[in-house]
Amino acid sequence: MEIASGTVAYLANLSRLHFNEDEQAVITDELQQMLAFVEKLQELDTTGVEPLMHMGDAVNVLREDKVAGSVTRAEALKNAPVHDEQFFKVPKVIRK
Amino acid sequence: MTKELYSKYEAVIGLEIHAQLATESKLFCGDSTAFGAEPNTHVSPVTLGHPGTLPVTNRKAVDYAIRLGLACDCTIEQHNYFARKNYFYPDLPKGYQVSQHTTPICKGGHVAIKTADGEKLVQLNRIHMEEDAGKSIHDLDDNNSCIDLNRAGTPLVEIVTEPDLHSAEEAWQYVTEIRKLVRWLEICDGNMEEGSLRCDANVSIRLRGETKLGTKVEVKNLNSIRNVKKAIEFEIDRMIGLVEAGESIRQQTRSFDAATDTTFAIRDKEEANDYRYFPDPDLAPFHLTAAFIEDIRKDLPALPQALAKKFRSEYLLSEYDSSQLSDEKTTAAYFESVVEHTPHYKAAANWILGPVKQYRNEAGEAVSLPDPALIAALIALVEEGKLSFSVASSKIFPALIASEKHPLQLAEEMNLLQVSNSDDLNQWVAAALNAMPEKVAEYKKGKKGLIGLFVGEVKKLSKGKADPKLVTQLLEEQLKA
Repeated sequence: MEIASGTVAYLANLSRLHFNEDEQAVITDELQQMLAFVEKLQELDTTGVEPLMHMGDAVNVLREDKVAGSVTRAEALKNAPVHDEQFFKVPKVIRK
Repeated sequence: MTKELYSKYEAVIGLEIHAQLATESKLFCGDSTAFGAEPNTHVSPVTLGHPGTLPVTNRKAVDYAIRLGLACDCTIEQHNYFARKNYFYPDLPKGYQVSQHTTPICKGGHVAIKTADGEKLVQLNRIHMEEDAGKSIHDLDDNNSCIDLNRAGTPLVEIVTEPDLHSAEEAWQYVTEIRKLVRWLEICDGNMEEGSLRCDANVSIRLRGETKLGTKVEVKNLNSIRNVKKAIEFEIDRMIGLVEAGESIRQQTRSFDAATDTTFAIRDKEEANDYRYFPDPDLAPFHLTAAFIEDIRKDLPALPQALAKKFRSEYLLSEYDSSQLSDEKTTAAYFESVVEHTPHYKAAANWILGPVKQYRNEAGEAVSLPDPALIAALIALVEEGKLSFSVASSKIFPALIASEKHPLQLAEEMNLLQVSNSDDLNQWVAAALNAMPEKVAEYKKGKKGLIGLFVGEVKKLSKGKADPKLVTQLLEEQLKA
């Protein structure tokens, strides 16, 4: 499968990542190789095989509706790059 | 806008309602879901999206979603998987929202609403489970947005209709029914101000008879039933105005301004969002057996519309009384327990929709109601003519609430029993007529309407204790003589 020009830039934008043109060229090339590797699977006839939705065998792992496990606010906030005593802070996401 | 213009077009409306499930803890971890806590105090590493954490599904949230689906006649999905909906926003700590993409827990189904043309079944597309995002606050800090993650991970169901509604009134009825239903099932508190129930409306118009859907506009975050109606009314008007002026409708997301009852564009839809859904590998699928679903079905309470029907057919109540009584669960249950003790169904309805309802409004919904047997006894006293309704409701009822004593005992203690002893009655009747000789003469000349005046006088003399039916009889006899 050919990676169309612009695909890497599109995916980068969705992931909020920035690459310069040189980097984009390298990534396009590498992505191409990965896809070619996985494309091998398409040679298999999967007629009648249900799509696999989950890797593990575990089903119905449920918990009871009990309140437990919260951390303190100080602990919750301490790893954030910007915060005050109450809130996480991020650059303003709407203009007033 | 003129009627002719309206009848030229048909509005097509689909609603998405997010209802917060009334669990104690979040969908995938044990943080409390209580509203109004200090910011960022109901957060755990799972909610914060820290690496290495493992979410586990809340059993009760699944149970609640199934309840709603069964109440709406949906098909319940037996093989459920959660999916990740990927997008970036500061109040979404993991960078994805856990939702159900390919396997919504409830499919199809319908909700009955009342319309001018009778009952209508609003078709549902699906009901799926998902987690809520946190809250961004933009006006606390000049340079930053403040993020509170208490709400992040709270369990929601999203109830999605087909584009099956055709007026603001129908939308209003539908949201009213959904709110009543989730409260009835006790799976959501239905509090729209606190955001427990939120509605987005997809609105489009087309020429009547056209089958293709027009360009739609999505109006977001309608936080009251009134606003749902007003926003849709405004959108229909706006769209008809645009089309009539020869302009085209742009596909937009709009927001509602409750101060002016108008909507305004918040973004144009450039291209469809690419959420790159995929099954969440961290969450185990859950499979539901048919027997498990049946057990939940058996456990469902009788639903409001079924009860209203029963009240009409079994207790011969009017359409209005039946629907008022089945409007809210406590009221309906109380009515049912009162009529276990009395054959006077209509009187029981009047009492519950009158004095009892008024008492609940004044004392608060959570107040405990008097023993149904005592209310039935009070109804009996009125029906037997031992108490007038007005004395029973204004004097005995409050005393009964305060003391839980038998109403007959209260009436005796308070000396309020109506006197049907004819010696006493005759005395009062005679005294009343003697006091008003001119009126008596007028009556005898044919002014029969004066009987009310005489009855009133006897009532006064007896301090309200004379049985008005007997008094009227006695007065008529004496005046004939």
